[in-house]
Amino acid sequence: MTTLSAIKTGPLLARTAAIATDVAACHAADVDAKSRFPQETFDALRQARLLSAAVPATHGGAGAGMLELGTQCAALAQGCGSSGMVLAMHHIQVACIARHAQGSAFFERYLRENLVERQELVASITSENGTFGDTRSSVCAVAIDGDRMSLEKDATTVSYGQHADAQLVTCRRTADAAASDQVLVLFEKGNYTLAQTGNWDTLGMRGTCSPGAKFSGHGTTAQILPGSFADSSAQTMVPYSHILWSALWSGIAADALGRAAAFVRAGARKNPGSVPPNAVQLARAQVELQAMRHNWESCAIAFDEMTAEDDQAAREALGTMGWALKMNQLKMACSEMAPKLCHEALQIIGIMGYKNDSPFSVGRHYRDVLSAALMVSNGRIAAKSASMLLVFKDD
Amino acid sequence: MSENAARIRAVLKDHARLNRDAETLDDDSDLYQAGMTSHASVNVMLALEGEFDIEFPDHMLKRSVFESVGAIAAAIGELTEGR
Ligand SMILES: Cc1cc2nc3c(=O)[nH]c(=O)nc-3n(C[C@H](O)[C@H](O)[C@H](O)COP(=O)(O)OP(=O)(O)OC[C@H]3O[C@@H](n4cnc5c(N)ncnc54)[C@H](O)[C@@H]3O)c2cc1C
Repeated sequence: MTTLSAIKTGPLLARTAAIATDVAACHAADVDAKSRFPQETFDALRQARLLSAAVPATHGGAGAGMLELGTQCAALAQGCGSSGMVLAMHHIQVACIARHAQGSAFFERYLRENLVERQELVASITSENGTFGDTRSSVCAVAIDGDRMSLEKDATTVSYGQHADAQLVTCRRTADAAASDQVLVLFEKGNYTLAQTGNWDTLGMRGTCSPGAKFSGHGTTAQILPGSFADSSAQTMVPYSHILWSALWSGIAADALGRAAAFVRAGARKNPGSVPPNAVQLARAQVELQAMRHNWESCAIAFDEMTAEDDQAAREALGTMGWALKMNQLKMACSEMAPKLCHEALQIIGIMGYKNDSPFSVGRHYRDVLSAALMVSNGRIAAKSASMLLVFKDD
Repeated sequence: MSENAARIRAVLKDHARLNRDAETLDDDSDLYQAGMTSHASVNVMLALEGEFDIEFPDHMLKRSVFESVGAIAAAIGELTEGR
């Protein structure tokens, strides 16, 4: 397991941080204003071969663990929140494939050739009209005919669907399967259509380009990820989502507070000898930022420790209520803290933070993190935790 | 054991929201494939704790322990052993 200090001085972070400052940050305002995909950032990441960071070293990737991926997503999000979110979502899909392919020849080849050699980008379709934000149920079902299969799905929200090279889609296992008896199916470009339904004109995370879409795809049964989504969700999709999202939200909050700190320092230089009142506000906000960072980092370290020996016992531990509650609590804490910290940054900076064209502007940051509590609704997550706490004893 | 299995089936009938009759389930039928959601499984756990006067320790609160009548019976057997 790689330590935090090794990660902080490692090449993955250094190369990502350089792209965050030199590319992502330069285009962030334009991406936000035009609600367009951060193409320059992803061209740079692809060129630096950073899109395969989550692919295991056995398959030619960097084999980065959760802590390293989180640090990478946070660094990119400091330059552009939407870019950080797209990278995080891609890693989540890659991790589902890498951790659940179970020796499938199709997915082994996909990891090596598509994800590592060609640095392809994978999008996700879990949302669906009729399931009301519950990722663990599907209306649509994969239709199997011999070794061929096809799927149609009416999705409410698909991030960077038009810019991705493949879609990883949840659906019911068979036409007569229960709503929660799901599988993940991978569709490569050329074998599906994605007809946009509606626009993506949102408050924030505008560069993720996530409108609704009618998906229709076909292929072979080899493209169905082995096992069940119940397992890949609990053991991989949920921990990767909640930890990497929390990491990138902390990156956005860190950039907003970084602007506040620069503003405070500029003021202090004009009047050495006295501590300006907004420096005290900054000191308090830093307390929360540190707690937020440590929260996701400690969950990431716990995950990396649990999966160091990725045996059956480790997989079972990720399926326990104790772990599910930990993930829910992390997601709720960080998604609620990020907008609070952007709000604090705005109070510290004042009107120069409120102006969109000021170097101290925190408007985009604030709008971006307002999505945090909604993407997998905190109300829904709290209800699930509440129900688990009726039987969980914390013994 | 078979008496426990009958009591477990009764709990499932009331709380698991299965898409078929709990009485027709084999001991090893997969309850999740029969439509039990994780939300419904919590109600099943609560009802089993009440029915058998037991408390499932946290390490037993995972999918595999509640995946079939047989798995539940084994867990309950472990908790009520020597009673
Ligand atoms: C930036 C962004 C990117 C996204 N990208 C993707 C993507 O790439 N692919 C994809 O598939 N989806 C994506 N999504 C969609 C996401 O996965 C969710 O489906 C969506 O955010 C939830 O929508 P909803 O608010 O209608 O959901 P719901 O969860 O149905 O919530 C609606 C309301 O009901 C309340 N509620 C729901 N359940 C309960 C409950 N049990 N108890 C109490 N209150 C409850 C909620 O609090 C909320 O007020 C993205 C969303 C965002 C914001």
